[in-house]
Amino acid sequence: MDTQGQQNLWSYATRVGAVAGIALLYVGAVGMLAVFNARELVRDLIGLGQVLLVTPAFVAGLMIAQKAKSANKQGAWASVPASMWAGFLTALPSLLVLLLGQVIDYRSVFVSLNKDWTEVITLNQDNLFLGSSFLVLTLIIVAVLATLLSYLPMRLRQALTFGTMITLMIALFGETVTLILKENLSRDVMDMLFRRNTIKQLPFFILWVVAIGIGLIRAFYGERIRQNYLGLSPSTQKAGVRVWQSLIVAFLIALPWLIGRTLSDILVTVGIFILMGLGLNIAIGLAGLLDLGFVTNYAVGAYVLALLTTTSAMNVGGGAFNFWMVIPLAILLAMFTGFVFALPVLKMRGDYLAIATLGFGEIIGKLAISDWLKPYIGGAQGILFIPKPNFFGIELKNPEQLYYVVLGACILTVFVSIRLNNSRIGRQWMAIREDEDVAAAMGIDTARSKLLAFTLSAATGGLAGAIFAAKVGTVFPKSFVVLISINVLSLIIVGGMGSNLGIIIGALALIGLPELLREFSEFRWLLYGALLIFMMLRKPDGFVPSKIKQRETQNEGQVTQ
Amino acid sequence: MLKKYRDNFSWVDLTIDLLRIVIILLVIIGSFNTLSSGKYTGAQWTTLFISGLAQGSIYALIALGYTLVYGILLMINFAHGEIYMAGAFSAVFLAEVLNKSGILNGYPVLAVLILIAFAGIVSMAVAILLERIAYRPLRNSDRLVPLITAIGASFFLQYTFRGFYGPDFKTYPTINALSGNWQIAGVSIPVAQVFVFGSALMLMSILYWLVERTRLGKAMRAVSENKDVSRLMGINVDRIIMFTFALGGFLAGAAGVINGIYRPQGVNFFMGFIVGIKAFTSAVLGGIGNIRGAMLGGLFLGVIEAIGPNLVLSGLGIPGANQLKDVIAFTMLVLVLIFRPQGLLGERLSEKKA
Repeated sequence: MDTQGQQNLWSYATRVGAVAGIALLYVGAVGMLAVFNARELVRDLIGLGQVLLVTPAFVAGLMIAQKAKSANKQGAWASVPASMWAGFLTALPSLLVLLLGQVIDYRSVFVSLNKDWTEVITLNQDNLFLGSSFLVLTLIIVAVLATLLSYLPMRLRQALTFGTMITLMIALFGETVTLILKENLSRDVMDMLFRRNTIKQLPFFILWVVAIGIGLIRAFYGERIRQNYLGLSPSTQKAGVRVWQSLIVAFLIALPWLIGRTLSDILVTVGIFILMGLGLNIAIGLAGLLDLGFVTNYAVGAYVLALLTTTSAMNVGGGAFNFWMVIPLAILLAMFTGFVFALPVLKMRGDYLAIATLGFGEIIGKLAISDWLKPYIGGAQGILFIPKPNFFGIELKNPEQLYYVVLGACILTVFVSIRLNNSRIGRQWMAIREDEDVAAAMGIDTARSKLLAFTLSAATGGLAGAIFAAKVGTVFPKSFVVLISINVLSLIIVGGMGSNLGIIIGALALIGLPELLREFSEFRWLLYGALLIFMMLRKPDGFVPSKIKQRETQNEGQVTQ
Repeated sequence: MLKKYRDNFSWVDLTIDLLRIVIILLVIIGSFNTLSSGKYTGAQWTTLFISGLAQGSIYALIALGYTLVYGILLMINFAHGEIYMAGAFSAVFLAEVLNKSGILNGYPVLAVLILIAFAGIVSMAVAILLERIAYRPLRNSDRLVPLITAIGASFFLQYTFRGFYGPDFKTYPTINALSGNWQIAGVSIPVAQVFVFGSALMLMSILYWLVERTRLGKAMRAVSENKDVSRLMGINVDRIIMFTFALGGFLAGAAGVINGIYRPQGVNFFMGFIVGIKAFTSAVLGGIGNIRGAMLGGLFLGVIEAIGPNLVLSGLGIPGANQLKDVIAFTMLVLVLIFRPQGLLGERLSEKKA
């Protein structure tokens, strides 16, 4: 039995190692290693490329430990040889390709397997032999380390993971952190901690130790604190919740002034995507209608605002309109187009509906850029000179000020969408989402409900588009491509269909991250694609599932038990 | 009849009927204007028609992949356009090598066969991997789930190949034997178009023979009819599904090479997206799941796309009509989905569609 377990472990290690090896070769071949290597995490010590380099081996080591733990109750040392083997296998494919490069020149084809890649893979060694041995050794050590780590006592492990993650995050977002700290700290202090947006070594290690300390406190006393909190009387708990809520509101109001202009600008973009996510969620998450032409509504909103308020010759409003007057118009017109486009697709089945709406989106995109409509909407040259909104005499021209417009719109939309979800129409949508035929048999007018879903979803899209146009000040057809719809779809799927909180978190992660980390933005579509596949395979309800979905999954669990 | 219509009245149906009438009117008015103005001669229409056939046969080859997969799994393999791109983009480098070594122009037939085989195998590998990793675990889930996965796979593949080969356009080297024109009955036809049409026809005949005349094809048809019963009859369903993806992938890769040789604007990582949607349109046009339908649908769409802008749009007085080629194709897509989702030849398995 035991030798059987060992054998299983070895074949498992081979499999995991092979997959990790291919993954490592892949991130090299698409250029991630080389691009990430340009970013330092800790001054003169760790680069993002190196972290990515060891990640496959690390994960492999963790998985092997997991397997060994579940297969037999032996100690840590028994799984070390298997981890070493997996670490070696992880290095192998990249190594072979590296050596192959000595024989054939494949660099004109695989452009990413260039000098930078070689540098990362050989850990900056000029000597090829030395570099290869370094790579193999490093990956083996990392894999073994990961295995041994998972045999540490649980609380210690939690504290270590927590501390390291937090510290790495702060280092990774060095640029963002400096931007925020710059607003609040003096120059000298900043110079002590950071150099050119990268954290220095000593602060990094101090931070690490502190974070692990916090992690330890959390691991050992967290449960007791939670118990204490639960032991409080309900009224005290309620007061606690209220304190938290008011803190959050205060934080949201103060936010743009805490983080400065650049980050506020990013925040406004994120907010626009949150709006779109909430809007598309009405169609996808609540009613189960996969609308891939959502960008149409966004474009309508943006173009309406642009045409009615621009100070250029394209203006059709005669200068009589301002931002606040146009917003309702933009919403109304978006609703109208949403309604018109929804009418013919109502009777389609799910997957055809997706493709048909995608077709609508493409048609609108091509028309917007065509010569035919150029006299009316500007063609490829777009519409310029859109004034910023004016709030009682104050021109909201800074992102810090525009933030409040977006915040207001988001809060309003969240409120509406919560109310909708809990209303009669929300339950109708849910019924349609689960089974349209049954819903119809229950007396729901499915055509009407679906139309309503499309129209309301379009309203939010129009609002987002109008705010976008005012924020950027220009409107180009290139901003309204199908990729936008996919972008919004991704953030809904990642956050969790039907979950408002999930959408907000999804937008922060999927829109905010690539804006903050330029290294990521080059690979954002690659990552979105991978995320969509991963979510569908492993977490179809998203990372923050809606309450109803949570309940469903729990019930399913109980049934199978 | 009017009474029946009144009894079943719904606003949705009314709008759809109105839409139908408006579109028919637009097409008739546009065509009439163009034809009566005599802007184009008969020979010019023929030229357009033939170039449409050439383009359409490429759509048809890709559409077969959609149709084969849909016929068996009832899923839209949204990433199929990227499978096409994978083959075309990979083979461009081999074409450069063949060009440099003189094989491409010395033995054009052999070189094209090598290219088609290579691109076909690359696309096939991508298709098989995609099926194995992304689609197989989701085979019994709700219909939108594999569609969303396929959308994700589409972008994943695009940007993977962008990472591999770079973001720039690459062009296939010219094959001298394929440049020039043939004069047939007063119409000059580019040899390249004849090549495209001929090779596509050949590939499609092979596929048709495979599906209709071999044991494997019989197994495929059985699986598309009923998976459970096929399994009971001793058919390895997983293997047949994999084979279906492989077959569709091979045709897509071959289409990629044929398209690359035919059209000079080159290949890049994004080339598959729009073409993929158009090929899907062809598949729906012919009746998805129907192999002959996909072939006809592709040709049909190619011709409409070639003639439509000049015939209908310019007749309606729309400037820059050829810019709106894609609009014609996508409008076709939407119209077919609205008015005749079962396609021209009728969808096989339409009773399963629910």
